[in-house]
Amino acid sequence: MPKVLLDWFYVAVFAVVGTLMAVLPLGVVWLLAPRADLPQKNITYESGVIPFGQAWAQFNVRYYLFALVFVVFDVEVIYLYPWAVVFRQLGTFAFAEMLLFVLILLVGLAYAWRKGALEWV
Amino acid sequence: MPWFIELLKATGLAVVIFTFLAVVSAMFGVYLERKISGWIQARLGPKHVGPQGLLQTVADTVKLLQKEHITPRNADALIFNAAPVIVAVAALLDWIVIPFGKFGGRVLVVRDINIGVLYFAAMASVTVIGIISGGWSSNNKYALLGGLRSAAQMISYEIPLALGILWVAMVAGTLSTVGIVDAQVKQGSWFMFKLPPPIGWFGLPFGILASLTFLTAATAEVNRVPFDLPEAESELVAGYFAEYTGMRFALFQLGEYGEMFGMAGVATIMFFGGWTEPHLQPWMWLLVTLASLVVVAVILFSGLRQTLLVRPILILASLGFLLSLVMFFGSRAGLSPVLPSPVWFLTKLFALVFFLMWMRWTYPRLRLDQLLNLSWKVLLPLGLLNLVATGFVLTAWGR
Repeated sequence: MPKVLLDWFYVAVFAVVGTLMAVLPLGVVWLLAPRADLPQKNITYESGVIPFGQAWAQFNVRYYLFALVFVVFDVEVIYLYPWAVVFRQLGTFAFAEMLLFVLILLVGLAYAWRKGALEWV
Repeated sequence: MPWFIELLKATGLAVVIFTFLAVVSAMFGVYLERKISGWIQARLGPKHVGPQGLLQTVADTVKLLQKEHITPRNADALIFNAAPVIVAVAALLDWIVIPFGKFGGRVLVVRDINIGVLYFAAMASVTVIGIISGGWSSNNKYALLGGLRSAAQMISYEIPLALGILWVAMVAGTLSTVGIVDAQVKQGSWFMFKLPPPIGWFGLPFGILASLTFLTAATAEVNRVPFDLPEAESELVAGYFAEYTGMRFALFQLGEYGEMFGMAGVATIMFFGGWTEPHLQPWMWLLVTLASLVVVAVILFSGLRQTLLVRPILILASLGFLLSLVMFFGSRAGLSPVLPSPVWFLTKLFALVFFLMWMRWTYPRLRLDQLLNLSWKVLLPLGLLNLVATGFVLTAWGR
Protein backbone atom coordinates (compact mmCIF):
# COMPACT_ATOMS: atom_id res chain seq x y z
CA MET A 1 0.00 0.00 0.00
CA PRO A 2 1.26 3.52 -0.71
CA LYS A 3 2.05 5.53 2.41
CA VAL A 4 -0.87 7.96 2.10
CA LEU A 5 -3.36 5.13 1.75
CA LEU A 6 -1.77 3.33 4.68
CA ASP A 7 -2.15 6.46 6.83
CA TRP A 8 -5.90 6.55 6.24
CA PHE A 9 -6.09 2.78 6.70
CA TYR A 10 -4.72 3.36 10.20
CA VAL A 11 -7.26 6.11 10.81
CA ALA A 12 -10.08 3.77 9.79
CA VAL A 13 -8.76 0.98 12.02
CA PHE A 14 -8.47 3.44 14.90
CA ALA A 15 -12.06 4.56 14.41
CA VAL A 16 -13.35 0.97 14.43
CA VAL A 17 -11.18 -0.25 17.32
CA GLY A 18 -11.90 2.94 19.27
CA THR A 19 -15.63 2.41 18.90
CA LEU A 20 -15.25 -1.18 20.11
CA MET A 21 -13.10 -0.08 23.06
CA ALA A 22 -15.67 2.57 23.97
CA VAL A 23 -18.57 0.13 23.72
CA LEU A 24 -16.72 -2.50 25.78
CA PRO A 25 -17.25 -0.80 29.20
CA LEU A 26 -20.90 -0.26 28.22
CA GLY A 27 -21.12 -4.05 27.76
CA VAL A 28 -19.58 -4.56 31.21
CA VAL A 29 -22.20 -2.20 32.61
CA TRP A 30 -24.90 -4.22 30.86
CA LEU A 31 -23.63 -7.32 32.73
CA LEU A 32 -23.02 -5.73 36.15
CA ALA A 33 -25.44 -2.89 36.64
CA PRO A 34 -28.95 -3.27 37.99
CA ARG A 35 -31.89 -2.56 35.74
CA ALA A 36 -35.24 -1.38 36.98
CA ASP A 37 -37.88 0.19 34.81
CA LEU A 38 -39.70 2.76 36.89
CA PRO A 39 -41.87 5.38 35.17
CA GLN A 40 -40.73 8.16 37.54
CA LYS A 41 -37.06 7.44 36.97
CA ASN A 42 -37.23 7.79 33.22
CA ILE A 43 -38.71 11.28 33.28
CA THR A 44 -36.49 14.02 31.86
CA TYR A 45 -34.55 15.88 34.54
CA GLU A 46 -35.76 19.41 35.15
CA SER A 47 -34.50 20.42 38.61
CA GLY A 48 -36.88 18.03 40.33
CA VAL A 49 -40.18 19.26 38.93
CA ILE A 50 -42.31 17.55 36.29
CA PRO A 51 -40.92 18.79 32.93
CA PHE A 52 -42.90 21.51 31.27
CA GLY A 53 -43.46 20.48 27.67
CA GLN A 54 -40.63 19.14 25.53
CA ALA A 55 -37.21 20.57 24.83
CA TRP A 56 -37.80 19.99 21.12
CA ALA A 57 -39.79 23.16 20.66
CA GLN A 58 -39.34 25.98 18.19
CA PHE A 59 -36.71 28.35 19.41
CA ASN A 60 -34.42 30.97 18.03
CA VAL A 61 -31.00 29.63 17.09
CA ARG A 62 -29.25 32.86 17.87
CA TYR A 63 -25.85 32.04 16.52
CA TYR A 64 -26.87 31.40 12.91
CA LEU A 65 -25.27 34.67 11.80
CA PHE A 66 -22.04 33.55 13.46
CA ALA A 67 -22.41 30.28 11.63
CA LEU A 68 -22.64 32.11 8.31
CA VAL A 69 -19.54 34.20 9.03
CA PHE A 70 -17.84 31.03 10.23
CA VAL A 71 -18.42 29.33 6.89
CA VAL A 72 -16.78 32.26 5.09
CA PHE A 73 -13.69 32.21 7.26
CA ASP A 74 -13.44 28.45 7.44
CA VAL A 75 -13.33 28.25 3.66
CA GLU A 76 -10.76 31.03 3.67
CA VAL A 77 -8.58 29.08 6.07
CA ILE A 78 -8.82 26.02 3.84
CA TYR A 79 -7.48 28.12 0.95
CA LEU A 80 -4.69 29.47 3.12
CA TYR A 81 -3.34 26.02 4.13
CA PRO A 82 -1.68 25.10 0.81
CA TRP A 83 -0.40 28.64 0.48
CA ALA A 84 1.13 28.55 3.97
CA VAL A 85 3.03 25.35 3.24
CA VAL A 86 4.72 26.53 0.04
CA PHE A 87 4.75 30.31 0.28
CA ARG A 88 8.42 30.53 1.24
CA GLN A 89 9.33 28.89 -2.03
CA LEU A 90 6.99 31.08 -4.06
CA GLY A 91 8.34 34.42 -2.86
CA THR A 92 7.00 37.96 -2.95
CA PHE A 93 4.26 37.48 -5.53
CA ALA A 94 2.52 34.77 -3.52
CA PHE A 95 2.69 36.94 -0.42
CA ALA A 96 1.19 39.96 -2.20
CA GLU A 97 -1.59 37.85 -3.65
CA MET A 98 -2.51 36.39 -0.29
CA LEU A 99 -2.33 39.85 1.29
CA LEU A 100 -5.01 40.96 -1.14
CA PHE A 101 -7.12 37.91 -0.32
CA VAL A 102 -6.84 38.44 3.44
CA LEU A 103 -7.57 42.16 3.08
CA ILE A 104 -10.79 41.47 1.17
CA LEU A 105 -11.83 39.11 3.94
CA LEU A 106 -10.93 41.66 6.60
CA VAL A 107 -13.18 44.14 4.82
CA GLY A 108 -15.89 41.48 4.94
CA LEU A 109 -15.31 41.02 8.65
CA ALA A 110 -15.48 44.78 9.20
CA TYR A 111 -18.77 44.87 7.27
CA ALA A 112 -20.27 42.04 9.33
CA TRP A 113 -19.06 43.74 12.50
CA ARG A 114 -20.53 47.09 11.45
CA LYS A 115 -23.85 45.49 10.48
CA GLY A 116 -24.11 43.95 13.95
CA ALA A 117 -23.83 40.34 12.80
CA LEU A 118 -21.26 39.76 15.54
CA GLU A 119 -23.55 40.92 18.34
CA TRP A 120 -25.20 38.34 20.54
CA VAL A 121 -28.78 39.59 20.73
CA MET B 1 4.28 -5.46 4.82
CA PRO B 2 1.18 -7.53 4.05
CA TRP B 3 -2.10 -5.89 4.98
CA PHE B 4 -3.00 -8.19 7.87
CA ILE B 5 0.23 -7.38 9.71
CA GLU B 6 -0.54 -3.70 9.29
CA LEU B 7 -4.05 -4.42 10.54
CA LEU B 8 -2.68 -6.18 13.64
CA LYS B 9 -0.22 -3.35 14.24
CA ALA B 10 -2.93 -0.70 13.87
CA THR B 11 -5.27 -2.58 16.19
CA GLY B 12 -2.56 -3.00 18.80
CA LEU B 13 -1.62 0.67 18.63
CA ALA B 14 -5.28 1.70 18.88
CA VAL B 15 -5.67 -0.40 22.04
CA VAL B 16 -2.46 1.04 23.51
CA ILE B 17 -3.42 4.66 22.76
CA PHE B 18 -6.95 4.16 24.06
CA THR B 19 -5.57 2.70 27.29
CA PHE B 20 -3.12 5.61 27.52
CA LEU B 21 -6.03 8.02 27.17
CA ALA B 22 -8.16 6.19 29.72
CA VAL B 23 -5.40 5.78 32.31
CA VAL B 24 -3.12 8.79 31.87
CA SER B 25 -5.43 11.51 30.62
CA ALA B 26 -8.81 10.52 32.05
CA MET B 27 -7.96 8.78 35.34
CA PHE B 28 -4.73 10.54 36.24
CA GLY B 29 -6.02 13.81 34.73
CA VAL B 30 -9.15 13.80 36.88
CA TYR B 31 -7.04 12.94 39.93
CA LEU B 32 -4.64 15.81 39.18
CA GLU B 33 -7.52 18.18 38.63
CA ARG B 34 -9.13 17.29 41.95
CA LYS B 35 -5.84 17.48 43.81
CA ILE B 36 -4.85 20.83 42.27
CA SER B 37 -8.32 22.31 42.77
CA GLY B 38 -8.13 21.17 46.37
CA TRP B 39 -4.81 22.89 46.96
CA ILE B 40 -5.85 26.07 45.22
CA GLN B 41 -8.96 26.20 47.40
CA ALA B 42 -6.90 25.36 50.53
CA ARG B 43 -8.34 21.83 50.80
CA LEU B 44 -6.57 18.49 50.71
CA GLY B 45 -8.34 16.90 47.76
CA PRO B 46 -8.66 13.11 47.45
CA LYS B 47 -6.62 11.45 50.16
CA HIS B 48 -8.04 8.16 51.41
CA VAL B 49 -8.06 5.68 48.51
CA GLY B 50 -4.49 4.56 47.87
CA PRO B 51 -1.35 6.58 48.67
CA GLN B 52 -2.29 10.28 48.61
CA GLY B 53 -5.60 9.35 47.00
CA LEU B 54 -3.90 8.09 43.83
CA LEU B 55 -6.40 5.27 43.37
CA GLN B 56 -9.44 7.50 43.86
CA THR B 57 -10.35 7.64 40.17
CA VAL B 58 -9.80 3.88 39.79
CA ALA B 59 -12.36 3.39 42.55
CA ASP B 60 -14.64 5.88 40.82
CA THR B 61 -14.41 3.94 37.57
CA VAL B 62 -15.28 0.68 39.33
CA LYS B 63 -18.24 2.44 40.90
CA LEU B 64 -19.40 3.88 37.57
CA LEU B 65 -19.22 0.42 35.99
CA GLN B 66 -21.93 -0.73 38.40
CA LYS B 67 -24.29 2.15 37.72
CA GLU B 68 -27.46 1.70 35.75
CA HIS B 69 -27.81 3.25 32.31
CA ILE B 70 -30.82 5.48 32.27
CA THR B 71 -32.18 6.54 28.91
CA PRO B 72 -34.93 9.09 29.52
CA ARG B 73 -38.28 8.10 28.05
CA ASN B 74 -38.51 11.22 25.89
CA ALA B 75 -34.96 10.99 24.56
CA ASP B 76 -33.95 9.88 21.08
CA ALA B 77 -32.40 6.60 22.23
CA LEU B 78 -30.12 5.88 19.26
CA ILE B 79 -28.45 9.29 19.09
CA PHE B 80 -28.44 9.54 22.87
CA ASN B 81 -26.43 6.34 23.13
CA ALA B 82 -24.11 7.11 20.24
CA ALA B 83 -23.06 10.57 21.44
CA PRO B 84 -20.58 9.58 24.21
CA VAL B 85 -18.94 7.05 21.89
CA ILE B 86 -18.46 9.74 19.22
CA VAL B 87 -16.78 12.06 21.72
CA ALA B 88 -14.45 9.33 23.01
CA VAL B 89 -13.50 8.12 19.51
CA ALA B 90 -12.82 11.70 18.34
CA ALA B 91 -10.39 12.11 21.23
CA LEU B 92 -8.68 8.84 20.29
CA LEU B 93 -8.34 9.83 16.63
CA ASP B 94 -6.55 13.05 17.64
CA TRP B 95 -3.66 11.08 19.01
CA ILE B 96 -2.72 9.35 15.76
CA VAL B 97 -0.57 12.29 14.66
CA ILE B 98 1.02 13.24 17.99
CA PRO B 99 4.68 12.17 18.20
CA PHE B 100 5.89 11.22 21.68
CA GLY B 101 9.60 11.30 21.00
CA LYS B 102 12.42 9.86 18.99
CA PHE B 103 14.39 6.69 19.64
CA GLY B 104 17.45 6.14 17.48
CA GLY B 105 16.09 7.83 14.37
CA ARG B 106 12.62 6.31 14.77
CA VAL B 107 9.88 8.77 15.68
CA LEU B 108 7.38 7.42 18.19
CA VAL B 109 4.19 8.33 16.38
CA VAL B 110 1.32 6.16 15.16
CA ARG B 111 1.27 7.69 11.67
CA ASP B 112 3.12 10.75 10.44
CA ILE B 113 0.25 11.92 8.20
CA ASN B 114 1.43 14.59 5.75
CA ILE B 115 -1.41 16.95 6.74
CA GLY B 116 -0.98 16.14 10.45
CA VAL B 117 -2.02 19.35 12.20
CA LEU B 118 -4.91 19.97 9.80
CA TYR B 119 -6.08 16.41 10.49
CA PHE B 120 -5.80 17.13 14.21
CA ALA B 121 -7.96 20.26 13.95
CA ALA B 122 -10.53 18.32 11.92
CA MET B 123 -10.73 15.47 14.43
CA ALA B 124 -10.90 17.90 17.35
CA SER B 125 -13.95 19.49 15.81
CA VAL B 126 -15.68 16.12 15.40
CA THR B 127 -16.21 16.35 19.16
CA VAL B 128 -18.79 19.07 18.61
CA ILE B 129 -20.94 16.60 16.67
CA GLY B 130 -20.99 14.27 19.67
CA ILE B 131 -21.70 17.14 22.05
CA ILE B 132 -24.51 18.67 20.04
CA SER B 133 -26.14 15.30 19.35
CA GLY B 134 -25.93 14.46 23.06
CA GLY B 135 -27.45 17.82 23.94
CA TRP B 136 -30.24 17.60 21.41
CA SER B 137 -31.18 13.94 21.84
CA SER B 138 -31.55 14.23 25.64
CA ASN B 139 -34.73 16.25 25.10
CA ASN B 140 -33.75 18.23 28.18
CA LYS B 141 -33.73 22.01 28.21
CA TYR B 142 -30.40 22.32 30.03
CA ALA B 143 -28.77 19.81 27.74
CA LEU B 144 -30.12 21.52 24.64
CA LEU B 145 -28.87 24.94 25.75
CA GLY B 146 -25.50 23.44 26.61
CA GLY B 147 -25.25 21.77 23.22
CA LEU B 148 -26.18 24.95 21.36
CA ARG B 149 -23.74 27.06 23.34
CA SER B 150 -21.09 24.51 22.62
CA ALA B 151 -21.78 24.68 18.89
CA ALA B 152 -21.62 28.50 18.89
CA GLN B 153 -18.42 28.43 20.90
CA MET B 154 -16.65 25.75 18.93
CA ILE B 155 -17.34 27.24 15.53
CA SER B 156 -16.19 30.64 16.83
CA TYR B 157 -12.92 29.38 18.22
CA GLU B 158 -12.10 27.01 15.42
CA ILE B 159 -10.93 29.94 13.28
CA PRO B 160 -8.38 31.41 15.74
CA LEU B 161 -7.24 27.81 16.31
CA ALA B 162 -6.80 27.30 12.57
CA LEU B 163 -4.97 30.63 12.30
CA GLY B 164 -2.51 29.45 14.96
CA ILE B 165 -1.95 26.24 12.99
CA LEU B 166 -1.55 28.25 9.76
CA TRP B 167 1.08 30.42 11.39
CA VAL B 168 3.12 27.36 12.30
CA ALA B 169 2.60 25.83 8.85
CA MET B 170 3.85 29.04 7.30
CA VAL B 171 6.99 29.17 9.43
CA ALA B 172 7.76 25.47 9.27
CA GLY B 173 6.74 25.00 5.65
CA THR B 174 4.95 21.74 6.43
CA LEU B 175 1.77 20.44 8.05
CA SER B 176 3.27 17.19 9.34
CA THR B 177 3.71 17.14 13.12
CA VAL B 178 7.09 15.42 12.83
CA GLY B 179 8.15 17.93 10.18
CA ILE B 180 7.22 20.83 12.46
CA VAL B 181 9.40 19.50 15.28
CA ASP B 182 12.23 18.85 12.83
CA ALA B 183 11.98 22.46 11.61
CA GLN B 184 12.39 23.62 15.21
CA VAL B 185 15.38 21.33 15.65
CA LYS B 186 16.87 22.80 12.48
CA GLN B 187 16.56 26.39 13.67
CA GLY B 188 17.72 25.37 17.15
CA SER B 189 14.89 26.95 19.08
CA TRP B 190 11.15 26.80 19.74
CA PHE B 191 8.77 28.58 17.37
CA MET B 192 7.42 30.47 20.36
CA PHE B 193 10.72 32.34 20.70
CA LYS B 194 12.49 32.44 17.36
CA LEU B 195 11.74 32.49 13.67
CA PRO B 196 14.08 30.73 11.21
CA PRO B 197 17.42 32.49 10.66
CA PRO B 198 18.36 35.21 9.88
CA ILE B 199 15.33 36.62 11.74
CA GLY B 200 15.94 34.74 15.00
CA TRP B 201 15.00 36.63 18.13
CA PHE B 202 13.21 39.37 16.19
CA GLY B 203 10.47 36.79 15.71
CA LEU B 204 9.72 36.80 19.43
CA PRO B 205 6.59 39.03 19.37
CA PHE B 206 5.08 37.04 16.49
CA GLY B 207 5.73 33.72 18.18
CA ILE B 208 4.35 34.87 21.53
CA LEU B 209 1.24 36.31 19.88
CA ALA B 210 0.63 33.18 17.81
CA SER B 211 1.07 30.82 20.75
CA LEU B 212 -1.19 32.90 23.01
CA THR B 213 -3.90 33.00 20.33
CA PHE B 214 -3.59 29.28 19.83
CA LEU B 215 -3.67 28.45 23.55
CA THR B 216 -6.70 30.67 24.17
CA ALA B 217 -8.57 29.13 21.27
CA ALA B 218 -7.52 25.63 22.36
CA THR B 219 -8.82 26.23 25.88
CA ALA B 220 -12.14 27.36 24.43
CA GLU B 221 -12.20 24.47 21.99
CA VAL B 222 -11.95 21.90 24.79
CA ASN B 223 -14.62 23.76 26.83
CA ARG B 224 -12.53 24.56 29.84
CA VAL B 225 -12.83 27.43 32.28
CA PRO B 226 -12.91 30.38 31.63
CA PHE B 227 -14.72 29.10 28.52
CA ASP B 228 -16.78 26.28 30.03
CA LEU B 229 -20.21 27.72 29.22
CA PRO B 230 -21.53 24.52 27.61
CA GLU B 231 -21.42 22.73 30.94
CA ALA B 232 -21.71 25.71 33.33
CA GLU B 233 -22.69 23.72 36.40
CA SER B 234 -24.18 26.66 38.25
CA GLU B 235 -26.69 27.55 35.54
CA LEU B 236 -27.09 24.56 33.22
CA VAL B 237 -26.53 21.80 35.83
CA ALA B 238 -24.02 20.00 33.60
CA GLY B 239 -25.04 21.21 30.18
CA TYR B 240 -25.01 18.66 27.40
CA PHE B 241 -24.37 15.65 29.64
CA ALA B 242 -27.01 16.45 32.26
CA GLU B 243 -28.97 13.29 31.42
CA TYR B 244 -26.03 10.89 31.19
CA THR B 245 -25.39 8.34 33.92
CA GLY B 246 -22.66 5.89 34.79
CA MET B 247 -20.19 4.80 32.17
CA ARG B 248 -21.60 7.01 29.44
CA PHE B 249 -20.86 10.02 31.60
CA ALA B 250 -17.37 8.58 32.07
CA LEU B 251 -16.97 8.33 28.28
CA PHE B 252 -17.77 12.03 27.97
CA GLN B 253 -15.16 12.74 30.62
CA LEU B 254 -12.65 10.56 28.80
CA GLY B 255 -13.32 12.41 25.58
CA GLU B 256 -12.97 15.77 27.27
CA TYR B 257 -9.72 14.97 29.05
CA GLY B 258 -8.32 13.13 26.04
CA GLU B 259 -9.06 16.21 23.97
CA MET B 260 -7.44 18.49 26.52
CA PHE B 261 -4.27 16.39 26.64
CA GLY B 262 -4.32 16.24 22.84
CA MET B 263 -4.54 20.03 22.56
CA ALA B 264 -1.71 20.38 25.07
CA GLY B 265 0.29 17.85 23.04
CA VAL B 266 -0.23 19.68 19.77
CA ALA B 267 0.63 23.03 21.39
CA THR B 268 3.82 21.41 22.71
CA ILE B 269 4.69 20.22 19.22
CA MET B 270 3.89 23.45 17.43
CA PHE B 271 5.28 26.07 19.80
CA PHE B 272 7.38 24.41 22.49
CA GLY B 273 9.69 22.23 20.48
CA GLY B 274 7.88 18.89 20.90
CA TRP B 275 10.21 16.20 22.20
CA THR B 276 13.42 18.22 21.86
CA GLU B 277 15.51 19.12 24.87
CA PRO B 278 15.96 22.80 25.73
CA HIS B 279 19.55 23.82 25.05
CA LEU B 280 20.78 25.84 28.01
CA GLN B 281 24.32 26.36 29.24
CA PRO B 282 25.27 24.34 32.37
CA TRP B 283 25.42 27.52 34.47
CA MET B 284 21.84 28.35 33.51
CA TRP B 285 20.71 24.92 34.71
CA LEU B 286 22.67 25.52 37.90
CA LEU B 287 20.85 28.84 38.32
CA VAL B 288 17.46 27.13 37.93
CA THR B 289 18.55 24.42 40.38
CA LEU B 290 19.60 26.96 43.02
CA ALA B 291 16.49 29.11 42.52
CA SER B 292 14.15 26.16 42.97
CA LEU B 293 16.19 24.94 45.93
CA VAL B 294 15.76 28.35 47.59
CA VAL B 295 11.98 28.20 47.01
CA VAL B 296 11.77 24.70 48.48
CA ALA B 297 13.92 25.66 51.47
CA VAL B 298 11.92 28.80 52.21
CA ILE B 299 8.68 26.84 52.16
CA LEU B 300 9.99 23.94 54.22
CA PHE B 301 11.76 25.98 56.92
CA SER B 302 9.08 28.58 57.50
CA GLY B 303 5.50 28.52 58.64
CA LEU B 304 4.43 28.22 55.01
CA ARG B 305 4.82 24.44 55.20
CA GLN B 306 1.47 24.27 56.96
CA THR B 307 -0.32 26.27 54.25
CA LEU B 308 -2.10 24.16 51.65
CA LEU B 309 -2.11 27.00 49.13
CA VAL B 310 1.63 26.76 48.55
CA ARG B 311 1.59 22.99 47.99
CA PRO B 312 1.52 23.25 44.16
CA ILE B 313 4.44 25.68 44.30
CA LEU B 314 6.35 23.35 46.62
CA ILE B 315 5.79 20.35 44.36
CA LEU B 316 6.58 22.24 41.16
CA ALA B 317 9.75 23.67 42.69
CA SER B 318 10.88 20.23 43.87
CA LEU B 319 10.24 18.73 40.44
CA GLY B 320 12.03 21.65 38.80
CA PHE B 321 14.94 21.17 41.20
CA LEU B 322 15.28 17.49 40.35
CA LEU B 323 15.00 18.07 36.61
CA SER B 324 17.47 20.94 36.46
CA LEU B 325 19.92 19.09 38.75
CA VAL B 326 19.90 16.12 36.37
CA MET B 327 20.25 18.51 33.43
CA PHE B 328 23.13 20.37 35.07
CA PHE B 329 25.20 17.26 35.71
CA GLY B 330 24.17 15.75 32.40
CA SER B 331 25.20 18.76 30.35
CA ARG B 332 28.41 19.15 32.38
CA ALA B 333 29.25 15.55 31.52
CA GLY B 334 28.71 16.43 27.87
CA LEU B 335 25.68 14.21 27.32
CA SER B 336 23.37 15.31 24.54
CA PRO B 337 20.49 14.71 24.94
CA VAL B 338 20.65 14.12 28.66
CA LEU B 339 17.16 12.69 29.08
CA PRO B 340 15.23 10.50 26.62
CA SER B 341 12.91 12.48 24.37
CA PRO B 342 9.53 11.10 25.62
CA VAL B 343 10.43 12.44 29.07
CA TRP B 344 10.70 15.93 27.62
CA PHE B 345 7.50 15.59 25.63
CA LEU B 346 5.57 14.46 28.70
CA THR B 347 7.17 17.13 30.89
CA LYS B 348 6.06 19.89 28.52
CA LEU B 349 2.65 18.26 28.08
CA PHE B 350 2.03 18.08 31.82
CA ALA B 351 3.32 21.62 32.33
CA LEU B 352 0.69 22.84 29.86
CA VAL B 353 -2.00 20.67 31.43
CA PHE B 354 -1.10 22.06 34.84
CA PHE B 355 -1.33 25.57 33.38
CA LEU B 356 -4.83 24.80 32.04
CA MET B 357 -5.93 23.43 35.42
CA TRP B 358 -4.44 26.36 37.25
CA MET B 359 -6.41 28.71 34.98
CA ARG B 360 -9.57 26.70 35.55
CA TRP B 361 -9.48 27.19 39.29
CA THR B 362 -8.40 30.82 39.14
CA TYR B 363 -10.66 32.61 36.67
CA PRO B 364 -14.44 33.06 36.65
CA ARG B 365 -16.47 32.01 33.65
CA LEU B 366 -17.04 34.50 30.81
CA ARG B 367 -20.48 35.54 29.65
CA LEU B 368 -21.53 34.19 26.24
CA ASP B 369 -21.40 37.54 24.46
CA GLN B 370 -17.98 38.29 25.96
CA LEU B 371 -16.83 34.87 24.82
CA LEU B 372 -17.94 35.43 21.23
CA ASN B 373 -16.56 38.98 21.21
CA LEU B 374 -13.18 37.69 22.34
CA SER B 375 -13.10 35.28 19.45
CA TRP B 376 -14.49 37.40 16.61
CA LYS B 377 -13.33 40.88 17.57
CA VAL B 378 -9.99 40.19 19.24
CA LEU B 379 -8.49 36.82 18.35
CA LEU B 380 -9.57 36.65 14.71
CA PRO B 381 -8.24 40.11 13.64
CA LEU B 382 -5.12 39.61 15.77
CA GLY B 383 -4.49 36.20 14.27
CA LEU B 384 -4.97 37.43 10.71
CA LEU B 385 -2.73 40.47 11.24
CA ASN B 386 -0.10 38.30 12.87
CA LEU B 387 -0.25 35.99 9.89
CA VAL B 388 0.19 38.87 7.46
CA ALA B 389 2.98 40.48 9.51
CA THR B 390 4.87 37.20 9.85
CA GLY B 391 4.40 36.57 6.16
CA PHE B 392 5.85 39.99 5.43
CA VAL B 393 8.85 39.46 7.69
CA LEU B 394 9.54 36.02 6.23
CA THR B 395 9.23 37.29 2.67
CA ALA B 396 11.39 40.36 3.23
CA TRP B 397 14.21 38.89 5.34
CA GLY B 398 13.60 35.17 5.60
CA ARG B 399 15.70 33.95 2.65
